[in-house]
Order: sequence, then structure tokens, then C-alpha cells
Amino acid sequence: MLRFLAIRFGRAALTIVLVVTFAFVVLRLSGDPAITIMSPEAPPEALAAFRTAWGLDQPIWVQYLRYFGAIFQGELGQSMRDGRPALTLVIERIPATLALTLPAFAMKIALGIPAGVYAALHRNSLTDRLVMAGAVAGFTVPSFVLGLILVLVFAVKLGWLPSGGQESWRSAILPVITMGLGGAGVLARFTRSAMLEVLGQPFIRTASAKGVPWGQVVRGHALPNAAIPTITIVGFMVGSLIAGAVVVESVFSWPGVGRLLVVAVANRDLAVVQCILLLVASTMVVSNLTVDLLYGVLDPRLRGRTS
Amino acid sequence: MNEPLVAIRGLTVAFNGVPALRGIDVDVGKGEAVGLVGESGSGKSVTWLAALGLLPATARVAGSVTLGGEELLGAAPARLDDVRGGRIAMIFQDPASALNPVHRIGKQITEALRLHRGLTGAAARAEAIRLLEQVGIPDPRRRIDIYPHEMSGGQNQRLMIAMALAGQPELLIADEPTTALDATIQAQILDLLRRLRAETGMALVLISHDLGVVADMCDRVGVMYAGRIVEEAAADDIFAHPAHPYTAGLLAALPDMDGPRRRLEAIPGFVPEPWAMPPGCAFAPRCDRATDACAAAMPAARDVTARHTATRHTAACLHPRVREFAL
Repeated sequence: MLRFLAIRFGRAALTIVLVVTFAFVVLRLSGDPAITIMSPEAPPEALAAFRTAWGLDQPIWVQYLRYFGAIFQGELGQSMRDGRPALTLVIERIPATLALTLPAFAMKIALGIPAGVYAALHRNSLTDRLVMAGAVAGFTVPSFVLGLILVLVFAVKLGWLPSGGQESWRSAILPVITMGLGGAGVLARFTRSAMLEVLGQPFIRTASAKGVPWGQVVRGHALPNAAIPTITIVGFMVGSLIAGAVVVESVFSWPGVGRLLVVAVANRDLAVVQCILLLVASTMVVSNLTVDLLYGVLDPRLRGRTS
Repeated sequence: MNEPLVAIRGLTVAFNGVPALRGIDVDVGKGEAVGLVGESGSGKSVTWLAALGLLPATARVAGSVTLGGEELLGAAPARLDDVRGGRIAMIFQDPASALNPVHRIGKQITEALRLHRGLTGAAARAEAIRLLEQVGIPDPRRRIDIYPHEMSGGQNQRLMIAMALAGQPELLIADEPTTALDATIQAQILDLLRRLRAETGMALVLISHDLGVVADMCDRVGVMYAGRIVEEAAADDIFAHPAHPYTAGLLAALPDMDGPRRRLEAIPGFVPEPWAMPPGCAFAPRCDRATDACAAAMPAARDVTARHTATRHTAACLHPRVREFAL
């Protein structure tokens, strides 16, 4: 078990390092922060002074080593725009993002899993087809399109809800629905196929042959087995709680981490972008690690291999 | 046999309009051991899955299946749940996949004890341990808390049998119970079934493609071909004097245990596909005794011997092999 954990933790750390490295290189190859932040017309001496101040005049590998050295001292750098610590900027935005992603996550689970289970139990029925058509629509329509349609209907035409901003809890309704519907569609499809797979297994027939009533067969025998593949996709959804709202936050001008990321990338505000990516990679990796451990809890066949 | 425990009459099953069973009549008496033999796809398993309502909803089932006079086809789900595992239990071919991988062994048995005998808690656990002991699983006190994947295939089939016994059934349907197991384990499982039958007096339906196993275990044997029973007789009778050319063909394809070595004779041709059944006898295209009449209409089962025997010997054949009696 310890060996298993050590390997998983090692892989997790490597993943984070790779993400951060990739972001570091791409950001530095794709634009000059001095020009984007100060303006292309700034005098060359001012640009040079800016580059020296932020260490951008150094070779890229020196910058890279300095950056990593700083991370290990808990120092994630300052925003090049307003000089405040990048971490503070990002942390300030997290509550706003969670205010969207947590209710959306709850909606995905509450809608997607029951819909998928129901569709599987009534395979090829009209309801199954309707649920699956809805699910496909839910995850194939891009969230900016769905978001704009919702705005058009509920904000512009009906005037029931605000089209954006963060004035009251009512502003959160449309973005939450936008994210929730798409995720529920993905989850419904996944749950349905996981359930169908399990329902076709011989042990389901054994349970029926034993006289277990169908409702108990579904709850006691099918669901615990179908949970094993479904948990993977739920894990991804947990992992994207912090960064999953980039598009939706932009559409609804919601001041969360996603919008901060968009603005920071546009400005080449390197420290802020890297700080967000580090955070995103960490949440993703932590939730994947949790899923791996949950597999062992849910599936006794995997326990032997991990110990 | 006066009042059969289970009587199947005119049972037909079709999947998406393709017939799988084309009129099956079977009786199982109290405490009797009946064998069903035939190739895969002949309908042996489907017969009993249909009888217990275990086929998917897409299967169209018609005919009659009675248990102690009570009709099971179309019975209310709650009634069927009482029968399944309670009065008629069933075990399957591949025990490893027939057991729920995420439930402990104890739970799989106590579930049946709760449903059929109202046992819960410590009483159920004690009874589960007794059942594991009865089917010969060593160290049941420890084994009760492990998972199916931690046991061998043979142990898993014993566990399946223990689960089946939990409801104290009057009839056990064993669907190819040893097919997935090694030969030595096979013999152990068959011994176990024989011993349990002696201990409990339950009836047994043994579904198998292995004629030797059936001959060894069963009082009476039905031979199935393409969704019908083509011959039925006492086990000794059918192997000594096969009347249907298909049964004779099956026996000729088996090596003799004693007796001189000889070439095994395979039956020429193939089983017709279920969607392209000939109107007459399904075996006629492969049969060297077939005449034009065989292809015209399905022959009904009829007695093949005038001699009075305890068990009728019937064959669905217009030209059965005539039994020669020593005079």
C-alpha cells in the first residue's frame, strides 16, 4: 500500500511539474510581457528597465530555475500589472468561482446520475431516447452558445434574470445552469453505459435467480458496480471545480478565477497565469489521486494489487 | 410419476422474432434428477431461464410452466421472487462472473437467507457458515469475509451451490455447472451435487452438453436439438438404445471408455440457423434416414417402444431406430 501511494504521489508531482514547465515555456515564447503591459510605444529604455526588474533579460533556463527555486520557498511571484502577490490575487477570486462551480457540480450529480440510471433501466424506451438526446445536446452545445441562448431567453426576452455581473445570487443562476446542463449530459451518458454494462453481467442474473426483488438488484448489485467507472468522470468534475468556469465566467462577466486567467494570459502577466495553472494542475491531480484511492474502496478486486 | 413438481408445456421463446424454443414439454418429479443435453444454442438453458422469468424483456415467452400446479409464466414479480431461490434455485456455468465481485461471500449467502428464511444478523451468519461447511469450503469462518475473486473457480461454484441451498429449494437447476472447471474439480462438484441431493431430497435438473455427466447423474434424460426435445427416456435406456438419429449420432461421436478403439463419427452438416429453420424435422437435412415426409412437417414425440417401462421412451422422429430385443 505504501509503495502504491509513493508511486502515485510521485506521478502526481511529476504531472504538476510538467504542466507548470509547459506553461512557463509557452508563455515566454508567445509574447513579451514588457510590450503587452507597458504598450508597444513605450521608450526602449523603459522596456529594458521593465525586463531587468522582472528578470526577463535573463536566459530562459535561468528564469526557469529561479522560478522553481521560488516555488519551493512558497513564493509564487508578483503580478506584473499591480505588483501584488499572484497567489493573493488568485485566492481572492476562488470564492466567486466556487459559488458557480459547486452548485453546478451538485446539479451535474443530481441530474446526470439519476437520468443515466433511469435511461439504462428503461433501455430503448421513449424516455431513454429523450434523455440521451438531451444528454447529447447538453454536452455537444458549447457552453458559450448555451450561455448566450439562456441569456437571450431569460435575461433579454423574459427579463427574469440578470444577464451577467455579480449583483445578487440571482446572477449566478444562468451560469450555474449553463455549466450544470453540459456536465449532467456527460455524466448521464457515462452512467447509462456503466449501468448497461453491469446489468448485462451474469451476476445480475444470479441475483434475480436468488429471488432478490428487481429494485434491490438495481440498488444492491448493479449500482455499486456501476459506481466504479462513473467515479472517474466525477473525479474529473471535482478536479475542474477551480478552473472549469473559464468560458462561462467570460460569457457572464463573473469575476472568478477563470476570468482572471483570461485577462492574465492576454496581458502576459506571467506570475498570475502560472499561479493559476499550478493551482489547477494541483486540484486535478489531487482529485485523480482521490479517485484512484476510491477505486480500492469500491472495488475489492483492486485492493489486492495495491497492497 | 403422478403429480410432477414442475410441468413445462408447449414452451416457446423467441428473441426479436427469431425462435429459440419451439415447443418444449418437460416434467420434473419431486426429488427426480433430469438431464437436458444438446449442443450450445439448442435451448437447454433458455428453457429454464424462461421458466423462471430470467430472460430479458425482449424475449417473447409463451406456453405454460407450473410449479405444484401454480402457473409461473406471467406470475406477479413478487411471486416469482419467492419461487426463485426459494423453491427453485439455479446455478450457472461460470461461477467467477456469476458472483457479485463487490460483495463479500457471506453477504451473498445471507441475502438469500434473509429473503427466503427471514434470517438476519448472527443467525444468518451462523447458517451461512454451516452452508459453506456443507458444500465443503474449508475454513468457512474466515472465508465468509473474503470476496469471490479471492477463491478458485471450484470454490466459487461451491459458493454458488451454498447460495442456492440457502433457500432450501425443492429443485436445483444446474446450468452447465462444471463446464468452466478443470476435470478433477468437475468430478468433485458432481459428487457434491449427488451428496446434497441425497441429504436434502431436492430434485435436480442438470443442463449439460456432456452426455457422460448426465448419464452418471440423472434418472431421466431429454435430448434437445434446435429448440425442441427430440428424445426423452430413462438415462440407461437412452444411452443403450438411442431411438432418434441425432441422439445416436451424438453417442457415436463419443469415445468408448472400454471397448475397442474406433474412429469417432462426427455428425455431418450443421445445426440450421434459428432464422432459417426447415418446416419439418430440423435434423432432417443431416439425417441419413430422412425421407420426404420428414421435410414436410415437424414430427411429434411418440413412444418408440411397446415394452412397458417405468419411464416412457419417446422420440420426435418418423423413422426412429428400432430397438432390438433379445428374444
